[in-house]
Amino acid sequence: MTPAELPVMLRVTASLDRWLEFSDGRVIAHSGRVELGQGLRTAMAILVAEQLEVSIDRVTVPDPTTASAPIEGVTAGSMSMEIGGAALRQAAAWARRLLIQRAAARLGRRVSDLVVRNGEFMIGGEPTGVDYWQVAGDGFDFDIVEPTAERQSDEYPERLRRVDLEERLRGGAFVQDAAADLHARVVRPPSIFHRLVECEATLAEPGRLIRRESFIAVAHPDESAAIELAAHVAARCQWRRLQPFSSAFPDDSVDNALAIVDGALTESKALNVETEMTASYSRPFLLHGSIGPSAAAACFVDGRLTIETASQGIGLLPGVIGRALEIDAGSIHVEYVPGSGCYGHNGADDAAFDAALIAVACPGEKVLLKWSRQDEHRFEPNGSMMRLGMGATVRNGRITAWSHEVASYTHVARPSPGAEGIDLIGAWFAGVGEASTPVPRFAAETDMHRNAVPLYTFDEAAVSAKLWADPPVRTSALRGLGAQGNVFAIESFMDEIAHANQLDSIVLRRRHLDNDLRAIEVMDAAIELAGGLDGARGFGIARYKNRQSIAAVVAEVEVDEETAAVSVRHLWIAAYAGRVIDHDGLIHQLEGGAVQAVSWCLKEAVSIDEGGVVGEDWEGYPILTFSETPIVDVMLIDDRDAPPLGAGEVTVGPTSAAIGNAVFAAAGIRVRDLPMTPEALRRAASA
Amino acid sequence: MSETTSFVLNGARVTSHANSDTSLALVLRNELGDKSPRIGCMLEQCGSCRVLVDDEPVFACTADLETVAGKRVETAAAIDSPVVQALLDGNAAQCGYCLAGIAVSAEALFRSHRAVGTRPARSDIVQALDAHLCRCGSQARILRLLEDVEDAS
Repeated sequence: MTPAELPVMLRVTASLDRWLEFSDGRVIAHSGRVELGQGLRTAMAILVAEQLEVSIDRVTVPDPTTASAPIEGVTAGSMSMEIGGAALRQAAAWARRLLIQRAAARLGRRVSDLVVRNGEFMIGGEPTGVDYWQVAGDGFDFDIVEPTAERQSDEYPERLRRVDLEERLRGGAFVQDAAADLHARVVRPPSIFHRLVECEATLAEPGRLIRRESFIAVAHPDESAAIELAAHVAARCQWRRLQPFSSAFPDDSVDNALAIVDGALTESKALNVETEMTASYSRPFLLHGSIGPSAAAACFVDGRLTIETASQGIGLLPGVIGRALEIDAGSIHVEYVPGSGCYGHNGADDAAFDAALIAVACPGEKVLLKWSRQDEHRFEPNGSMMRLGMGATVRNGRITAWSHEVASYTHVARPSPGAEGIDLIGAWFAGVGEASTPVPRFAAETDMHRNAVPLYTFDEAAVSAKLWADPPVRTSALRGLGAQGNVFAIESFMDEIAHANQLDSIVLRRRHLDNDLRAIEVMDAAIELAGGLDGARGFGIARYKNRQSIAAVVAEVEVDEETAAVSVRHLWIAAYAGRVIDHDGLIHQLEGGAVQAVSWCLKEAVSIDEGGVVGEDWEGYPILTFSETPIVDVMLIDDRDAPPLGAGEVTVGPTSAAIGNAVFAAAGIRVRDLPMTPEALRRAASA
Repeated sequence: MSETTSFVLNGARVTSHANSDTSLALVLRNELGDKSPRIGCMLEQCGSCRVLVDDEPVFACTADLETVAGKRVETAAAIDSPVVQALLDGNAAQCGYCLAGIAVSAEALFRSHRAVGTRPARSDIVQALDAHLCRCGSQARILRLLEDVEDAS
């Protein structure tokens, strides 16, 4: 099958040699996307092996660097397979076509006479003695300007061991494991709103004190000593808060909500739709909470800066860091090295900047900078708090009018060369850059309005978004952006509407899903997988960004009558993600998102006071433990003719709503404000 | 306080010259080149640093080097057992940062059961892993895989 259009990333990087190399009996497939633990390298290897008809273990997908890999922007938004995979698959199809032509010419045969078996050319079932590597020579010197036909396997392996998992288990794979001349730690103020008054510390060699305005760091060849020096210096620093802290809930009285049409924010003010039933939902600030604190390595030699980082956007860092440190972006080389779990814009970019600044102060020595657990909890960008105001009118068993207003701080504050500011906290402390001012983002399905438009069709619907200013903590992208809050509100409200009107909530959903047969199929599959919705069970569904994967979730909970504690016992997930490439990897992404959402929903909320983030470790900000983890069953609906779709984010919203709806089924308590702690249940019960 | 501390690491006798109160995790990682114990919190809260000391799981982040003098230390860098193979074959982790510590605790549990000829129940596995945090949401899968371990003891 030939794709109708050339994949967009091939229009950015047309040279086939940038995508594929044939060397020593191996295929080296370069993706500009990074392996965050989502199984990307394995899935890409499957795609390439399929096109080239080689076994998967002959394909290597290396971690990218700014010199080696095609430029592919940020690995985010569940787009890696759909966009990145499409490009690499098409590049591999071109490589196969060109190599067969070369082999046919060498053998004096027609292309149609040749068959490929594990990289070797066969004629009439017999080996020709010619293989890819013999005819690949020095490469292709070929630009891809139009699509070519792609092979399509009927199915892919059920379970393949991830190509990179053992090295991650055995040690040495992570950026935290990098060898270095100097171990460095930053000495941070209480919050991003604090600046240095004075620092009275001096350090003796071989300890180093790196200081640039309010940016303070220490370095030492011995890591234990670096940790001790950081504590020593921290005790000798005084900080002041730049602006007073306000604990007030964001001001919602200002009428500045903008209308959302077809998923995109518009310049028009929000429409006012009269509705008879209303409800307000919220979610708090959330941490990414990677188990390994952020880290990066850097080395500055002869004006050239090399950075090892777990950033999602290695191609974006040279421009931003270069601007902040006044180094030409062309002199900054960035290598991706895996980090601890990445669920959006975490501290990886900030750590890269911190390491770079320290390295520039210690030229010729390789620096490994690690944040402490406390640095991570206090300074990683939070997923923003959200408030969702919902309204509906029901006539004759149908929802005739619907309104949804989402209000939130920004969900998108990644560092980018094109941004107005330098969105790296080290730069703010060092006085070499200011944060960008958040502005409404008009693109479809991004920021707080991701999944604000319902999957359902209503006669009249008004959807709007309101951007709050001046957050009390730094916010940026966390798994799904606004999708978790929006879907939690939509799917909880659907249940509330059904209950208030004595309707079956699934029947009500089906009534308004009339245009989406695939969504109905996924909904039915989840309910069937669970064996029905009777008992302490709840349901939720969403199509990510209203155009990607679909997930439907049934949750079963238990609510302790005495303590009001909620436990989630079981999740059943049905999902559609187009053509399934890595069956087991896809299931893992779906269940990972769902289990993380259980943690968000039951336990998590960042609390903030004038000293900044309050809980600075796992006791202060607890997350889901093994004993609190539900059993998870996942089923996939595979469509071999559809493009593959990402699935790392699709389950967070439906899972959250399914839990809330199950709590209502179990205890008759509607919890509209996350997390569903015992206090929240008692508050909701007495409201 | 400079002295030497000797112990057996993954079957080989090793000697460290670090101060006796240095974190075992840092000694293993930086002096002895075993990067499998992770630094996650340095507070015994996440379990990613765990290693086996004489078959018992220990938080290497807060354990002083001197506490392992003369003892047997095993880490995820070298443990090869049905437990570890089940975790790898079943793609037990996403980012994998927490996996080494989890593998160590699971290994300790299965060894203790093997010693008395029993098999850990799901509740035993859950209890053994409650000292560990995983943020990628692989807990459900890890529990599934460990319940199914075919422990050829």
